[in-house]
Amino acid sequence: MTDAHTAGPFIAAIDQGTTSSRCIVFDRDGRIVSVDQKEHEQIFPKPGWVEHNAAEIWTNVQEVVAGAIEKAGITRDDIKAIGITNQRETTLLWDKNSGEPVHNAIVWQDTRTDALCKELGRNVGQDRFRRETGLPLASYFAGPKARWLLDNVEGLRERAEAGDILFGTMDSWVIWNLTGGVNGGHHVTDVTNASRTLLMNLHTMEWDEKICDSIGVPRQMLPEIRSSAEVYGAVTGGKLGDILGGIPVASALGDQQAALFGQTCFSEGEAKSTYGTGTFLLMNTGEKPVNSYNGLLTTVGYRIGDEKPVYALEGSIAVTGSLVQWMRDQMGLISTAAEIETLALSVEDNGGAYFVPAFSGLFAPYWRSDARGVIAGLTRYVTKAHLARAVLEATAWQTREITDAMTKDSGVELAALKVDGGMTSNNLLMQTLSDFLDAPVVRPMVAETTCLGAAYAAGLAVGFWSTTDDLRANWRRAAEWTPNMAAEARDREYKSWLKAVERTMGWLEDEN
Amino acid sequence: MARNIQSLERAAAMLRLLGGGERRLGLSDIASSLGLAKGTAHGILRTLQQEGFVEQDAASGRYQLGAELLRLGTTYLDVHELRSRALVWTDDLARSSGESVYLGVLHQHGVLIVHHVFRPDDSRQVLEVGAMQPLHSTALGKVLSAYDPVAHSELMEAERKEFTARTISDLDALEGVLDLTRARGYAADVEETWEGIASVAAPIHDRRRMPVGAVAVTGAVERVCADGEMRAGLIAAVRDCARAVSRDLGAGWF
Repeated sequence: MTDAHTAGPFIAAIDQGTTSSRCIVFDRDGRIVSVDQKEHEQIFPKPGWVEHNAAEIWTNVQEVVAGAIEKAGITRDDIKAIGITNQRETTLLWDKNSGEPVHNAIVWQDTRTDALCKELGRNVGQDRFRRETGLPLASYFAGPKARWLLDNVEGLRERAEAGDILFGTMDSWVIWNLTGGVNGGHHVTDVTNASRTLLMNLHTMEWDEKICDSIGVPRQMLPEIRSSAEVYGAVTGGKLGDILGGIPVASALGDQQAALFGQTCFSEGEAKSTYGTGTFLLMNTGEKPVNSYNGLLTTVGYRIGDEKPVYALEGSIAVTGSLVQWMRDQMGLISTAAEIETLALSVEDNGGAYFVPAFSGLFAPYWRSDARGVIAGLTRYVTKAHLARAVLEATAWQTREITDAMTKDSGVELAALKVDGGMTSNNLLMQTLSDFLDAPVVRPMVAETTCLGAAYAAGLAVGFWSTTDDLRANWRRAAEWTPNMAAEARDREYKSWLKAVERTMGWLEDEN
Repeated sequence: MARNIQSLERAAAMLRLLGGGERRLGLSDIASSLGLAKGTAHGILRTLQQEGFVEQDAASGRYQLGAELLRLGTTYLDVHELRSRALVWTDDLARSSGESVYLGVLHQHGVLIVHHVFRPDDSRQVLEVGAMQPLHSTALGKVLSAYDPVAHSELMEAERKEFTARTISDLDALEGVLDLTRARGYAADVEETWEGIASVAAPIHDRRRMPVGAVAVTGAVERVCADGEMRAGLIAAVRDCARAVSRDLGAGWF
């Protein structure tokens, strides 16, 4: 980066993500000191199946941690703690005696458990466990993935029942290995990751025995559920033991929750939205889990040590950045993603066109798998520039639909939206977002909010930072967009958007 | 009329020969169809290859038109691409300097602000993306005028308004400032555009070393200057930031 940093101490954060593993070293002001990153292989055994090699991931994690420490030019004495954030829901089973995975990890995007989830819904349907877990029975979540492995890897169920097999999401796998692996590694997970398994009761923060039995996951293989910010153990043994032995491993948060934490959304009603390929919006709902009647998920936001857990509502948009990529790669209308803004700015408005990218159905708040994408309102007047505008507006309207659902469920009006992710460099999109939400949109100065959240939680656990107020003091506004659109225009446009959304439904005839 | 330069004529003939459809030709085909000795043809082809106008297929050894030729007509750096590449570096510059950061490009006789990072304090600030700044008095404008010949000619023709007592509007004096800017690699504006405000800027280059924009730190004169001079640490930070963005755009070390 651009200048010499003062001497430590520092916090290191590991981000075990879907496409790569990264390690970032942060200083006390929350500034980035060094970064190292390594991609891992995406394995596609069949259409709809996605797997990762967990041994490769562990090797990469060790390399990026060592790499980031080396680039920072520091030693173990300068590092006060290591925090972890991870791709959520990706599921692994491994042998606790050999430390070997029994199968590749099944990635969150993998849809092999679709049929199993339908079957588990019995006569109730996908909301069978929603009251206890806050989640619908959908193929993303970890519990059914574990069940699939037990059913499909020969002899695994017997070994699991004998207590030889451990289950974990990627946080558990990394922590177990960091803290010694087969030589006394700690088998733990945090409340945010546990809340994505469909196995944890949101109200007690413990594994729900009945649901575990219903889904068919033996409790002896489940990790202990801990808070998101506490010392789970110390770095022990292996390659990292040599350079970082004894450093506390002190936080774990699912990636979207880590971003909520990194954006310092510590008060009820504060929300963040991360704009990548898809978009994830989380709103802090305070100390009570809010049931959603509008298609959102109820999840744990974070829990700091012995404090009460903080809950969140979550809404995701499947297609946002990927729609811009589609315009570039499939349509060839632009040559780089950034050019969408140039093209869109060459016209004043959408020319009457609306683009609903329901490529694989409509997600929150509709959940209609029979929907498919639509471009509505076409006339001879419409050019590719109008379509570029419609593409950006699609992301903004979809965000609006989620914040509307959050307001309905929680009764809390959105005061401002904190944004991060690659698409925040698109100025027109951010302005459109503010116009459509009729609320300020704020970008923080550190783009790496996910890693920062894990670092913050780890730093709190070891007293590097003492309160969440310290962390808020680190938060810096890099840019703010304020609404600049007449209410009548907004209402008229929203109505047209909702009409276009209606046109997507029922396209597939054999469903719903 | 002066005699034409023979090797340029031959090079042009080669490009025409390789143009039109997806043509790949061997050295002897090219040499014979243009009536050249193989050695002569090879020398010209090698020069064209170095400039990126011609590429040689590694497997067959045949020649085809190079990517550089395709870029010639249409090439310009999309300002939104520039912003997305600059985002992390300008954030870090704002954070380390404690001041606001601007990214500017040449646009219609002035500097168009394409990116703005707030000063990292809690004060209310307004996003200035889309605003225009003058070429002759601002640090961004001076850097663009010093490095980009198009900006330079715009500067010559533009009205050079005297915003403050310190604004330099005289052309000869300005040329001196631009020479100094090129020699030092940065430009400053100490209360030449706005009273009480000082700014320092450095150039951003793309992979072909073309000046595509400039990055500046701007703040209250008492914070960013010491004894009437821009603080040295700030100058270094702005230049580092500009170099980092240039590197991300593919420019080598220079």
